[in-house]
Amino acid sequence: MKRRLRELQPFDKEAEERAIELGHGLHPDDKYLKPGRIPHIWCPGCGLGVVLTCFIGALRQKQFGVDECAVVSGIGCTGRVAGYLDMDTYHTTHGRAIPFATGLALAKPDTHVAVFSGDGDLFAIGGNHLIHAARRNVNLKVICVNNFNFGMTGGQAGPTTPLDAKTSTTPLGNAEPGFNLPYLAHASGAIYVARWTTFHPRQLVHSIGESFDRTGFTFIEVIAPCPTGYGRPNKLGSGLEEMRYYRDMSEIRYGADPADAEIKLRGKILVGTFEAADRPDFMETYRTQVIARAQAGGKGKGRAA
Amino acid sequence: MADKQVLTGEHFVHGDAACAEGGIAVGCRFFAGYPITPATEVAERMARRLPQVGGVYIQMEDEIASMAAILGASWGGLKSMTSTSGPGFSLMMENIGLGMMTETPCVVVNVQRAGPSTGLPTLVGQADVMQARWGSHGDYGCIALAPSSPQECFDLTVHAFNLAEIYRQPVFVMSDEVVGHTTEKVVIPPREKLEVVERIRPHQAQSEYLPFDSKGPMPAPMATAGDGYHVHVTGLTHDERGYPVITDVVQERNVRHLVDKIRRNARQIIRVEGVHLDDAEVVVVAYGCTARVARQAVEDMRTRGHRAGLLRLITLWPFPSHLIRELAPRVKAFIVPEINYGQMVYEVERTAQGKAEVVLMGLMGGAIHTPREIEDAIGDYL
Repeated sequence: MKRRLRELQPFDKEAEERAIELGHGLHPDDKYLKPGRIPHIWCPGCGLGVVLTCFIGALRQKQFGVDECAVVSGIGCTGRVAGYLDMDTYHTTHGRAIPFATGLALAKPDTHVAVFSGDGDLFAIGGNHLIHAARRNVNLKVICVNNFNFGMTGGQAGPTTPLDAKTSTTPLGNAEPGFNLPYLAHASGAIYVARWTTFHPRQLVHSIGESFDRTGFTFIEVIAPCPTGYGRPNKLGSGLEEMRYYRDMSEIRYGADPADAEIKLRGKILVGTFEAADRPDFMETYRTQVIARAQAGGKGKGRAA
Repeated sequence: MADKQVLTGEHFVHGDAACAEGGIAVGCRFFAGYPITPATEVAERMARRLPQVGGVYIQMEDEIASMAAILGASWGGLKSMTSTSGPGFSLMMENIGLGMMTETPCVVVNVQRAGPSTGLPTLVGQADVMQARWGSHGDYGCIALAPSSPQECFDLTVHAFNLAEIYRQPVFVMSDEVVGHTTEKVVIPPREKLEVVERIRPHQAQSEYLPFDSKGPMPAPMATAGDGYHVHVTGLTHDERGYPVITDVVQERNVRHLVDKIRRNARQIIRVEGVHLDDAEVVVVAYGCTARVARQAVEDMRTRGHRAGLLRLITLWPFPSHLIRELAPRVKAFIVPEINYGQMVYEVERTAQGKAEVVLMGLMGGAIHTPREIEDAIGDYL
């Protein structure tokens, strides 16, 4: 066949570089951000900027070089985090950040691989992957930003939307209860489980730092406002008012039983570090058991039963 | 110490094991998979063999995760692979699309069984060949190879890894249950005789490097995690830096690059085997296990003095349209036996452009053709 196509407009590298704000580099955090990617796409009052800043704060606190880290995201508002960070970043398919990151982490065991994604991505479409990665104890630092709805698509109900809450797909109130994420992560085998809100940035920075100190599957839930998608139908007010709600209704309780961490509509929010355990991660077990036995020719002390 | 990577010598193994050995020989060091008949033996071989060479085998929770994991491992710098059959291939389509969009080299072995759905789990089919070409949504170029023997399972898995690195995308080895479960002699060459393409990495400064450059007919070199290039890899439409850009202008460049890098290099990629084509009046076009039966039929017809020929497709995709076009005016018919209700036959019919008769010999799955059936079909046109 003959093909008639529009003329291609070639990539103009110089014009793209000129478009990068001259101010890039003036702020100390800029070295963690990709040139030309800010301003971000998030709505006014959204909590994602706070979480991103806390993540950068933890990197700075740990004095990690950007080449020691990689960030993997799924799809959704939180999925866009990866694209702003000036490091090796991977914006994958919906729900598949964890299996993608599993491959990356096993191929680069010395790299800190963080998974940054939303509650819908990680616990609806990606729920199965999360529980299995936790069970295997793959060395992944999961940061789950929970805004109780699918924000990117305009505020639909998700796996964390509380009973009775209103969203664009539950206009008469949600008939389902939401997941208690720390409880689920804990039951699945996560070695470190914490929850904070965007009202707790210092604790969050510290918690992300703690998760980096551990080798294995760690899980941090961050409760974040979504005034556009979730706040409006539930009359939670602006992002600022949601922050007041977090201040008034959060209860810090370190070592709390994650079974008690369920969040109800306009209810109390239990925050803190709920779990900090140690067990060998997948790669350590694979190296010391499987590879060692294979390389001993299946003989000797390391022999499988 | 014996070379654990390349098991040089003669082996008596089935096609699935040969696929695994091909992968390890060419440097695959990461395998993620999920058990499925008739491809499980590839995973089982990998589970035993990868630890011997310091590689990682991981059994994932499903095929969606398996495909995602091999993409992640590839960006981590390892050659990676998975294997599956029809139902798992369907699940992989989502992240095959991600692999195409993000130009991620890896190899997917599909040991085909009969479908649709669960179909005939233990019995042969060849009905995923169009799915290989068009299965994931959106446009992209496709490379798919079809082994006809355990030896070719080894050879073509090696080749698939090389093509994956050269063209920076997932490459399919479209085996089938009969080839996968046939045990035959497989000769593994000495390491130095094995053609191995290593990943082409960038050398320029970060400011000069465009990880998704679309200017030329070939993909850009690939920087993997930790190389210092800070690449953003996204399934969104992206510019040459990898930055998402949601415009028709960038979409036009992005997608045409993904299709054109295969289309423009099709002649370099295409491999076929021609048997008695010079004076053939009837040409059988076949692939995989079916090509073995077709070869027998063609040789039998030749013994009886009939001018039959075989065009065996080694690459299914890109399809060798130019060869069909050349043959069409001088043959009476193309006979296309395949274990489906007509898939590759459409490509033959399309490219023959009405200049020769095109005959589908379809089987729905669970059985292979007999040489006699194919001989009868050839005989109708002599």
